[in-house]
Amino acid sequence: MPGDDVVLRVENLVKHFPLKGRIPFTSGGVVKAVDGVSFDLRRGETLGVVGESGCGKSTLARMLVGLEQPTSGAVRFGTSIVHQARGRDLRALRRRIQIVLQDPYTSLNPRRTIREILLQPFEIHPEVLDRGRRLDRVRELLELVGLDPHLHLDRYPHQFSGGQRQRIGIARALALQPDVIVCDEPVSALDVSVQAQVVNLLERLQDELGVAYVFIAHDLSVVRHISDRVAVMYLGKLVETGPEASLYDTPRHPYTRALLSAVPVPEPAVRGERQRILLPGDPPSPVDPPSGCRFRTRCWQATETCATTEPPLAAGAHPVACHYPLAA
Amino acid sequence: MTLLEIADLRVAFPGPTGPVNAVNGVSLEVEAGRTLAILGESGSGKSVTAQAVMGILDAPPARIDGAVRLRGRELLTLPRKQRDRISGEEIAMVFQDAMAALNPVYTVGHQIMEVLRVRRGMSKADARRRAVELVDRVRIPAAKDRIRDYPHQFSGGMRQRIMIALAISLEPDLLIADEPTTALDVTVQAQVMELLAEIQRDSGMGLMLITHDLGVVAEVADDVAVMYAGRIVERGTVGQIFDGPAHPYTEGLLASMPRVDRRDDVLYAIPGAPPNPAQLPTGCPFHLRCPRATDECRVTLPPLAALPAGRESACHHYEEVLGARR
Repeated sequence: MPGDDVVLRVENLVKHFPLKGRIPFTSGGVVKAVDGVSFDLRRGETLGVVGESGCGKSTLARMLVGLEQPTSGAVRFGTSIVHQARGRDLRALRRRIQIVLQDPYTSLNPRRTIREILLQPFEIHPEVLDRGRRLDRVRELLELVGLDPHLHLDRYPHQFSGGQRQRIGIARALALQPDVIVCDEPVSALDVSVQAQVVNLLERLQDELGVAYVFIAHDLSVVRHISDRVAVMYLGKLVETGPEASLYDTPRHPYTRALLSAVPVPEPAVRGERQRILLPGDPPSPVDPPSGCRFRTRCWQATETCATTEPPLAAGAHPVACHYPLAA
Repeated sequence: MTLLEIADLRVAFPGPTGPVNAVNGVSLEVEAGRTLAILGESGSGKSVTAQAVMGILDAPPARIDGAVRLRGRELLTLPRKQRDRISGEEIAMVFQDAMAALNPVYTVGHQIMEVLRVRRGMSKADARRRAVELVDRVRIPAAKDRIRDYPHQFSGGMRQRIMIALAISLEPDLLIADEPTTALDVTVQAQVMELLAEIQRDSGMGLMLITHDLGVVAEVADDVAVMYAGRIVERGTVGQIFDGPAHPYTEGLLASMPRVDRRDDVLYAIPGAPPNPAQLPTGCPFHLRCPRATDECRVTLPPLAALPAGRESACHHYEEVLGARR
């Protein structure tokens, strides 16, 4: 059983998707989308997960909330295991772990009003609140996320801007007072001038409600801003995790350093002065990942050891999965 | 002579409740060998401006007014045939979505060779040789073999390179890149931006970069035009804009962006959302979201006025904005 302040414990989580072969009824290998990921999420903290497309971060998100069955490994919440829970336990778990999705245009039912969308969680979990008090709670939720209950309750999703829709998605995730909200790219579909509103809202809600976030995104700047701790994912594995400041200021994995150096900084004065590591090529296919260290095919300091031995993610405050970690 | 000059460009599309004014009087210049970034978010009119320059807007239904001059020659009134020759040979464009811009049923070599044979009258062998050179130029390994591949056989970053190869195949004077790296991962984005900058340096062409990404602008642009609601609200060199914005919208954008190299406690958030181009507010289009708005802003549209040091701002209170950062 996880320690007192750990709200979600992920143990060696694996998800392999089988591929169909060219010949019917044969196998065409597996996509190793998530391949052994472990971490703890503490009460009220934000864990950022960064990685490029195809690294498995969305599959991870879906497993955390029970939308995807892992091939092996476990997600523990208190005394329960998310994917083994059934019946009443499962329903209870679903209340405690919620998700906010990337695209606010497709994640709200276009034929339902905001009132209906926000009442739905209480219809699924009627024990949470008496019928008579639900509408008041929906009004509170709208106010909490910065919308106007008088004006907005009976409108349809298409009558809102992208930022407002994402607020509605957040209100829905908050309705059942969860302990954990998994945010899968919550601001990347929004206009630049609106992103900060939603980021600030998520931070304020955490301060007020003490909810923990797993914040999954490809935007390293946004992740730095919102996270207490950050995990870097590459081809289905975590390569480095650590406190926000330590990971961003002294990255120890070559991939993390390359990733950070590639992010443009909005300061023309430092143009050309920052050292940029240009990685060759694209990430390899998760169907046939490289032997040993998965990053070695793009790494400038790889040796034979890297091809034969997979570096483990050691324990500690700022662990790194590399045979030759960079000096701090 | 100025390479590209746009004067009072206006583009409107018919909408269900009246015209949608996508571009409302844009004037700008792109000089040869320089990069002008047009910075704006969705609905700001930045892509429509680019499409009007490229001549790929259907008019009608679109209504285009104003002037677009390439080396002094007016493009908007040219007959279709001459216009088409210019877009392609003298102006080329790179799009965000290479998968949609390339033809999926022809090999990439075929597509590059076709351009060279039709436009330059090259023989098949010459065109193939040149296609290999171009694919090699955009740093695709084993170019000789890869030109026999179809677009879907390339990764996203590689497809973007193919589109750049296609765009520079006729050695254009002006390259328009519309969000060329938005769909790419950050490590690949850095490779592609580097490549574009290098080609631009070597060829001396003018580059018009359409983007919403302040970081990309800071890294590659010489000059910047910030667009909001179909208008340019601020213009200047990249240093001027980032060191001391002269428009509250630019000021807000810069303050609202988290940084990878340091942590700020609270982000400034611009309230509200960008306006719908079909129902623009009266006065300054930004006044509903502006912390500096006064009665004047609600009534009178501020013109794009010249400021010292060659920059421009469309704000009644630009002096106050400039003073705020000092």
